[in-house]
Amino acid sequence: MRLLTHNMLSSNIKGVINGFPLGIVVEKVIEKPVEMNPDFLKNMFAKIEWKALVDASRSMGYTELPEQADSSMLDSVDFLQRFHHALLELHLEEGALVCPETGRKFPVNKGIPNMLLHEDEV
Amino acid sequence: MVKPSLFLWGVAEITAASRSPLSLSLISHRAPSERLLFWAPSKMSCRIAQIHKVSSHSEVYEPCDDSFALVDALLADRTNLLEHKPTLCLELGCGSGYVITSLALMLGELPGVHYIATDVNLHAVRVTRETLQAHNVHADVIATDLASGLDSRLAGLVDVIVVNPPYVPTPDDEVGQEGITSAWAGGVDGRAVIDRILPVVDKLLSDRGWFYMVTLTSNNPLQICRQMKAGGYASRIVVQRSTEEESLHIIKFWRDSGDPMCKKETATLKKTSSGKVMDSVLSQIHRLPFWKKVESND
Repeated sequence: MRLLTHNMLSSNIKGVINGFPLGIVVEKVIEKPVEMNPDFLKNMFAKIEWKALVDASRSMGYTELPEQADSSMLDSVDFLQRFHHALLELHLEEGALVCPETGRKFPVNKGIPNMLLHEDEV
Repeated sequence: MVKPSLFLWGVAEITAASRSPLSLSLISHRAPSERLLFWAPSKMSCRIAQIHKVSSHSEVYEPCDDSFALVDALLADRTNLLEHKPTLCLELGCGSGYVITSLALMLGELPGVHYIATDVNLHAVRVTRETLQAHNVHADVIATDLASGLDSRLAGLVDVIVVNPPYVPTPDDEVGQEGITSAWAGGVDGRAVIDRILPVVDKLLSDRGWFYMVTLTSNNPLQICRQMKAGGYASRIVVQRSTEEESLHIIKFWRDSGDPMCKKETATLKKTSSGKVMDSVLSQIHRLPFWKKVESND
């Protein structure tokens, strides 16, 4: 799972109000290089919760994102490369996502988060 | 998608083979440069997922007539999709991964498209990942019920949604069971899951978003189109196909807001043989015969 998807995913447990962002427990991270597309990044930037991306990438061992970002930084190739790497090249392969409100862990195996709920959570 | 899981590889392969003429006839409508690419064997083989590379599991629905019809619909609309340049594409209920893999392959030349696929069946998400990997394409795969967990942050961001829902009419108590049953059990009129999908799609789809869904005649696609129309969506049937077991319609929906791509939608309508549903859907929107599109593209 890429951090782009992590940035779009919230805890879906019934009754949870602040289910975003999910914490990350890392067992295995893999990096898969993909070609950078500046237009995609510029398009996605406004839709990304920046702090969630910064924290998630740190959990994954990548610390090169600035704490804060604004759209003027999208003119910098260096910034785009870091944003691209964090958003699209880091994959959580094994580990868990953690509901920020309840602490409930959603396991991630073979890169697939299991967001299926137990009967008492629906 | 027939209620018992009786589909054999033989059936799937025959159907797959019968798809070639459609693919060939479609390609002749495209620009000369693209036609040349098609005839290069390497390009031809990577246009859609290859059946022998689709992973499988006893509890996962294998690609069959409905899957092929949905991929054919996407293929028939591929030129439009390439012009549309979607950013985020989502499949709800990805099963074997045949459809999302095919979509990723047919839009492969577009840079910066992100794919997400979900299924409620844990075996299915694993099989989907294997199918994607076998074709060297990527989608983030999530085990969840429809878009549960994605629907708040992803609201209004998805440009293409594809769904082959569990549409087979069954008693309601067969809906929501685990394993392969979840791939076909659709409750009364096969509408139990479809009726849950429509509001989810409405929430996720971007203003310029396109939504493709497989329906069976028993699902009352006319009523689905009317219901979506009341919610501001136009629709058209991209592929209509009858087999011995069932009659399928692949319907495309988009927000009828009058933007240029919507107008284009209206201009590229395919003239299809009569049928109650078809006539009704088409009567709601202005149309041009399909051959005009062919002429303009050639």
